[in-house]
Amino acid sequence: MVGDSLAGSTGVEAGVPVHPPEGIYGGGVGDRVYSALITLFALAVPALLLVIFAVITVAAWPALRTFGFEFLTSSEWDPVAGHFGAAPALYGTLVSSAIALILATPLALGVAIFLSELAPHWLRRPVAFLVDLLAAIPSVVYGLWGIFVMIPLLRTHVMPFLRDTLHLGATPLFSGPMYGPSMLAAGVILAIMILPYISAVSREVLMAVPRSQREAALALGATRWEMLWGAVIPFAKSGIAGGVILGLGRALGETMAVTMVIGNRHEIAASLFAPGYTMASLIANQFTEATGDLQLSALMAVGFVLFVVTLIVNAGARWLVWRTSRGMA
Amino acid sequence: MSEFRSSPRRRVVNAIMTGLTWVAAVVATLPLLFILVYLLQKGASSLSLGFFTHLPTPVGVAGGGVANAIVGTLVVVGIASAFGVPIGIGAGIYLAEKKGAPLAVGVRFLADVLNGLPSIVMGIFAWELVVVPMGHFSALAGGFALGAMMIPTVTRTTEEMVRVVPTSLREAALALGYTQWRTALRIVLPTALAGILTGILVALARIAGETAPLLFTAFGNNFWSVSLNEPIAALPLQIFNYAISPYDEWHAQAWGGALVLIALVLIISLVSRAVTRSGFARAVD
Repeated sequence: MVGDSLAGSTGVEAGVPVHPPEGIYGGGVGDRVYSALITLFALAVPALLLVIFAVITVAAWPALRTFGFEFLTSSEWDPVAGHFGAAPALYGTLVSSAIALILATPLALGVAIFLSELAPHWLRRPVAFLVDLLAAIPSVVYGLWGIFVMIPLLRTHVMPFLRDTLHLGATPLFSGPMYGPSMLAAGVILAIMILPYISAVSREVLMAVPRSQREAALALGATRWEMLWGAVIPFAKSGIAGGVILGLGRALGETMAVTMVIGNRHEIAASLFAPGYTMASLIANQFTEATGDLQLSALMAVGFVLFVVTLIVNAGARWLVWRTSRGMA
Repeated sequence: MSEFRSSPRRRVVNAIMTGLTWVAAVVATLPLLFILVYLLQKGASSLSLGFFTHLPTPVGVAGGGVANAIVGTLVVVGIASAFGVPIGIGAGIYLAEKKGAPLAVGVRFLADVLNGLPSIVMGIFAWELVVVPMGHFSALAGGFALGAMMIPTVTRTTEEMVRVVPTSLREAALALGYTQWRTALRIVLPTALAGILTGILVALARIAGETAPLLFTAFGNNFWSVSLNEPIAALPLQIFNYAISPYDEWHAQAWGGALVLIALVLIISLVSRAVTRSGFARAVD
């Protein structure tokens, strides 16, 4: 704004034929080039998204046209017969993400509350650093650790504990043979991976709650927990929901770690101990080995569904977080 | 009021919930320690000088290394930066300078959405856009996929860093007759440089460990290659291939590779933290 009026004052805008040496007064041309250039760069972001959408839609089109809505409901994935349905992958994506959210949300919230409200000051920075580091570990390293450390642990300790000790084997979810690579393994590793995202957003939102909210509650005689529960968390509610949904977005699209621990079987099984597939792991596993154009297109269609789902989820999350922080500002 | 305060039930609830958040903090940090301990324990035994200087060897042949994968990762990340960093910085400057413009609001939102795009989707996109027309896998395609993933991170950090450059600095430059673009180039960017560098490092740390976008683009390579036009090895790809193989000696290589990768990522992250704390704090103060 300041620059605009400066440029105007040189008379360049008004068409007065004065050409002051560039750099001393105006530089209208330079400023316009500069402005155009950064606008162009900014436009690259929506353009990129648009191109991604277009390219994937076009590539997925043959499969989407051939199978229609059945693509989402059929469980058949038969490259030989040329019939493709992504229902098991869709199911696996939703279930593994649900497990991840159920495990990670309370933990992440606990950490966020601890770090923003209750922890001694000297402890806040180091713990926050450690939790943030979880987000820095590459997916493939999680997968490696999952295969060789977590899965054996799940199979020998956690699964028998759930099924036999807690007698949860009576429900279909925790019954049947205990495979190592399984939906449960995918859910647990996803929970670890999305925890730092949920906790970081929640922490930020909690810290943005005005002091007056806290002071008012404390002045009324509330304990610290009552202050949090009654005055702070309700204020931060939709921002926290945004953080959780953001974590969901991460879980839905996470590829390598899940591919390495979920077992990759194209089947809907009731038991969480059984192997499954997610949309991302289906693509990762079959893309380079796809035989024929229709299978490639079907995998592109899976990518298309994943793209659309994560787009909606992320947009929703951002909107929630944005609304909360705006409400506080 | 003192009666309320001394209500035992309320104090107990307070203590329990406080305790639970302590438990949450401990449980949340455990996986990290658990992972790091295993990485150090299992990875360290695979490390040797040869691990950094040799090419991968077939099963049964001892002394294999990941030299080509380390170099490959650097090449691919280099291509990604050449593509993603300028666009990210340009878009970030735009967002900072035209904060409230409708386009800025839209771009900011879409950059966040792009940031949440699954990396595997970026992979199949780059495959269709670069690999198919070229007819083969290449380092270029891998770099393109990773570069596209860098853009949102660089954009948003650049925006934040340019924004906190004091208005007084900007106004002083403009008052002295600097044009807008000179002010941006000579005053604003140098001031925000350390912060922008942090953003770039954060983005680098993120993409250096990415595997999914490289599966169908860079593809991997067991031999020496630094050609941009050919399939190229990358450390994450190598770890993945070793990890899912049935051979114990390759598993050991995977642990070694993972230790190297995580060291690389952590060093980049720590450097970025150091940069933020030293240079940037001073520049803004």
